Amino acid sequence: MIGLAAAMFAVAPFMINNAPSEATMGLVYKIYFFHMPSAWMFLVAATTAGVASFRLLFLKRPNADHWVIAAAELAVLFGALTLVSGPLWARKSWGVWWVWDARLTSSLMVFLIFVAYTLLRKYGGAGSDKLGAGLALFGMANVPFIYISVNYWRTFHPPTSVVPKLPVEMGIPLWFCVTAFTLLYVVLLRLRARLEFQRARVEALYLAEDEL
Amino acid sequence: MRLRMFLLVMVLAGAWPVRAMQQPPQPPKDFVPVDESAPGEQIPAMPLIGGAYGFIWVAVFGYVWSLGRKLQKVDAEITELERRKK
Repeated sequence: MIGLAAAMFAVAPFMINNAPSEATMGLVYKIYFFHMPSAWMFLVAATTAGVASFRLLFLKRPNADHWVIAAAELAVLFGALTLVSGPLWARKSWGVWWVWDARLTSSLMVFLIFVAYTLLRKYGGAGSDKLGAGLALFGMANVPFIYISVNYWRTFHPPTSVVPKLPVEMGIPLWFCVTAFTLLYVVLLRLRARLEFQRARVEALYLAEDEL
Repeated sequence: MRLRMFLLVMVLAGAWPVRAMQQPPQPPKDFVPVDESAPGEQIPAMPLIGGAYGFIWVAVFGYVWSLGRKLQKVDAEITELERRKK
């Protein structure tokens, strides 16, 4: 899976380069091919963290904590990719770096929630797992709001209806990049969760050593 | 007579701006192609695209590298602890 994701990321720039320019935005719209998949993975990571938090808090599955940590860190990574690539695109097509509309503001808020989660887990000490899970659930609750916000509130941001209406020559590179980012997300989530499982194993081995 | 002259001057003075406003717009002295407009009015796309893709590649590679190092470190620690246990 790692090899396939790497191969797709190697091919993606050629596909993006061959995609046609857009009539009103010109060349700068090509940021979309990495911006949109990053944004989707940001929302998927926030949802994964929320679902794992639900399992930890309400179904009492302690191993779910490792998945919350992994998904929350990926929400920060993909959130940063989205919130940096978006303003670079907006500067040319809107004339400004940032607008405080519902989509951008709520995305920034969810990003900050997961930054707060990672800081809480790093410095929070004992009990931060459950407090953090509550925070991650709150982050997940914002995901549907982010998704529909462009359809209900006034904004410069393109609505969700743009994606299914894309012409084939723009749609093929986009869905190729979405697949590449999905594979990358799955690979990184599994590796990051493995790190947490291994850290738990190290802790158990030290405890066993102390008991001897 | 002086009053008539004064009124005439006042009417003409008042009418002048109206007449000026009715002047047709002056044609441009020359045409300016888009590529030659003031640099401040142009936002080049390539640095923005390069910045976006560059940031994404660097952030992803940086994260993968950091994750790989942490995994190697923890795997080595486990090997050492298991060796000590035996």
